[in-house]
Amino acid sequence: MAMMYSEKVMDHFKNPRNVGELEDANGIGEVGNAKCGDIMRMYIKVENGVIEDVKFKTFGCGAAIATSSMATELIKGKSLEEAEKLTNAAVVEALEGLPPVKIHCSVLAEEAIKAAIENYHQRQAGGGEEACRADCPDCH
Amino acid sequence: MTKLIYLDHAATTYVKPQVLDVMLPYFTEHFGNPSSLHAVGRDAHKAIDAARTAIAKAIGARPEEICFTGGGSESDNMALKGVAEAYAKKGNHIITTAIEHHAILHTCEWLEKNRGCEVTYLPVDAEGKVTAEQVEAAIRPNTILISVMAANNEIGTLEPIKEIGAVAKKHGILFHTDAVQAVGAIPIDVNEMNVDLLSLTAHKFYGPKGIGALYIRKGVRVPSLIHGGAQERNRRAGTENLAGIVGLGKAIELATGRLEESSNRLIRLRDKLIDGLLERIPYSRLNGHRTDRLPNNVNLCFRYIEGESLLLRLDMEGIEGSSGSACTSGSLDPSHVLLAIGLPHEVAHGSLRLTLGDGTTEEDIDYVLDTLPGIVKTLREMSPLYDEAITNGTLGK
Repeated sequence: MAMMYSEKVMDHFKNPRNVGELEDANGIGEVGNAKCGDIMRMYIKVENGVIEDVKFKTFGCGAAIATSSMATELIKGKSLEEAEKLTNAAVVEALEGLPPVKIHCSVLAEEAIKAAIENYHQRQAGGGEEACRADCPDCH
Repeated sequence: MTKLIYLDHAATTYVKPQVLDVMLPYFTEHFGNPSSLHAVGRDAHKAIDAARTAIAKAIGARPEEICFTGGGSESDNMALKGVAEAYAKKGNHIITTAIEHHAILHTCEWLEKNRGCEVTYLPVDAEGKVTAEQVEAAIRPNTILISVMAANNEIGTLEPIKEIGAVAKKHGILFHTDAVQAVGAIPIDVNEMNVDLLSLTAHKFYGPKGIGALYIRKGVRVPSLIHGGAQERNRRAGTENLAGIVGLGKAIELATGRLEESSNRLIRLRDKLIDGLLERIPYSRLNGHRTDRLPNNVNLCFRYIEGESLLLRLDMEGIEGSSGSACTSGSLDPSHVLLAIGLPHEVAHGSLRLTLGDGTTEEDIDYVLDTLPGIVKTLREMSPLYDEAITNGTLGK
């Protein structure tokens, strides 16, 4: 299965931004599952309604790593409201395109961010420390 | 740019210079249509005869039993569909395995859906082997064909073709083997192995793409897939791929001529790579039988990482391999072969296949041994699964 990744995608794959964990994260979201071959885990640190820091870990293909990296870049330093509006289309555009068969990775990245933000809200409301787990849409 | 270390010979091989050299004149000077009566045609016909003889010799067959096709997939299609049609009065049951190439599996599915065939897909053990006993137990009164590959393209496991052939013969059932990965790698003799039909293709043993053959034992009926002219004894119409056939003949001669020597060399390098990688990279496993495997095949799974990202990183370092992950297969499921040997999805996604060739050097192997561990480490450090395993104390479980 031949496929061309754009230079931008390859850049984010080779040098992913914001890889790691946040010890003091106040929102953690994880999406996907190992069966599908794609898992993204996002850590955010929100302060005064702004995403001060964000880190990610991903198990997945080139597009999965690149989209999670780009997604973290797109929300870092943004307000929660702005971050909540993140779409997979924005991620794809920022990466200058993805092969059609890889678009679902960008959807996963969007969901991972949203899961982290939702978890933040849950925690603020006194909810559990558990990361919000949304399942990969392609599998369900 | 770093020198490319090509380790995907199971996918395809380069054409050897000696093969290309004999092919070229058949594009320009000796370009005739082998069916033409005139001298130019007869010249071409002679070349095809010579190639046919070379192929027959390589597998222990008679020249008239060799039918040229467009490649392994066509040979597989012709064998299965042909037998299903010709022996329909005798029965409609086919026995095959769960780890066959898609050219066999999808053709079987098509026959089930469109020709009312019943197909038994025999499961394999954890190393990818099917047994003659399994085959025998699956035989029914309406079984007309057994098709088992000689060697698996992904995990390299060699199947007990001789034993299965004996069972087929005992029960009077036709036996086909997809030998696409085996020809040129292990010795093949259709009589010793009791094989009635065999598929092979040139581009796996340093010949050109687009040309293969189907061995059809004398007396076995296989109607045409492609109708038209009388070529190939009325079995496969179309003006022959002259240069391709000449290339196939030369390539098979070269490959089988020094089979023992080249396979010993490959086995040594293969084993160095397998042992070295298993030693240097924790939470990794070999797929397929350790010793009954193709001389050039290395297939490993690395826990907690995914195959496509592994391939991309290897490609960045000039190492060209392949994987059985879902992302590389373009479907949601990883390789059917890895699933058939019982690997859970998440483990199968982290697979890597490296297949060596005649041009692979010891330095190439050393380079992979030096480079791959670091890549796996980098990907694991990015992986939430690795994290989780550490936190839960379940690394390697």
